[in-house]
Amino acid sequence: MTAANADTAHRTFVSYIDKSREYYEASGYDRPYRWAHHNDVPFARLDRPLAESTVAVVTTSFIFNPATDDGDDGGLMVRADKEVYAAPSSPTPERMFTMDLSWDKGATHTDDVGSFLPLDALGRAAEAGRIGAVAPRYFGVPTQYSQRRSGLDAEVIAGWCRDDGVDAVVLVPL
Amino acid sequence: MCHQTVSLVARHLEAEGIPTVILGSARDIVELAGVPRFVFTDYPLGNPTGKPDDIEDQQSILDLGLAVLEGAIAPRTTVQSPNIWSESEQWRADFMHVGPDNIEALRAAGEARRAAQETS
Repeated sequence: MTAANADTAHRTFVSYIDKSREYYEASGYDRPYRWAHHNDVPFARLDRPLAESTVAVVTTSFIFNPATDDGDDGGLMVRADKEVYAAPSSPTPERMFTMDLSWDKGATHTDDVGSFLPLDALGRAAEAGRIGAVAPRYFGVPTQYSQRRSGLDAEVIAGWCRDDGVDAVVLVPL
Repeated sequence: MCHQTVSLVARHLEAEGIPTVILGSARDIVELAGVPRFVFTDYPLGNPTGKPDDIEDQQSILDLGLAVLEGAIAPRTTVQSPNIWSESEQWRADFMHVGPDNIEALRAAGEARRAAQETS
């Protein structure tokens, strides 16, 4: 299949930096957000073959609480108490809380966790011998405007990875 | 914003010696932040590991992520998955749309939000 009506006079992928700046400017916010930007990029290599490696998942979705999270209000739900967390990788959760995140609620949905939390796909990779094992826990990180706070959350996740013998991490933003 | 948060976590893990790959759909945010390995899937935000209820699509993206995890030779490696969301491109224009049809409503909603924040 091809995307037949792509406008190739412009870049084809969406610039979310441009979109969000224009959207919030139109909404009367006159100071655009300053996104994280680094020239230097760290790079670690696998210590052992992938087929022998334990792989963990990091998500920005949160554990679903049916008592408080039911309903579809178009993203107005906000959880003020979100903190970095660890949860068992198995069984795969049937549902996750995503409504407070800025995904495209007009174009798609998040009812199938496999579309954003690849625990089942990673499990199939383990069964096929492509990776050594799925890590016993996956990790959730709150979406932060504060880049400093994301750094603190990252330190916590790095500690959990060491505790669980994690060799590599697949990170999935919504 | 999710993409920035995850990019910063990936950078931290790499600095600690743990290799990472990000599976995402906001290419500009991830590449601006600067990450070691990134699989870009050109889908609407929300399904970066595949279309809902499409196991084959989901597995293909995860498998590509594992290949990039294993095979990248340098940081800032971006690989775009060949997966296409739909024949229609309309979702790109619709998301966070700003135009003559809604600019007044956006301004009014923003004012109402700021007024509510000032009184709370």
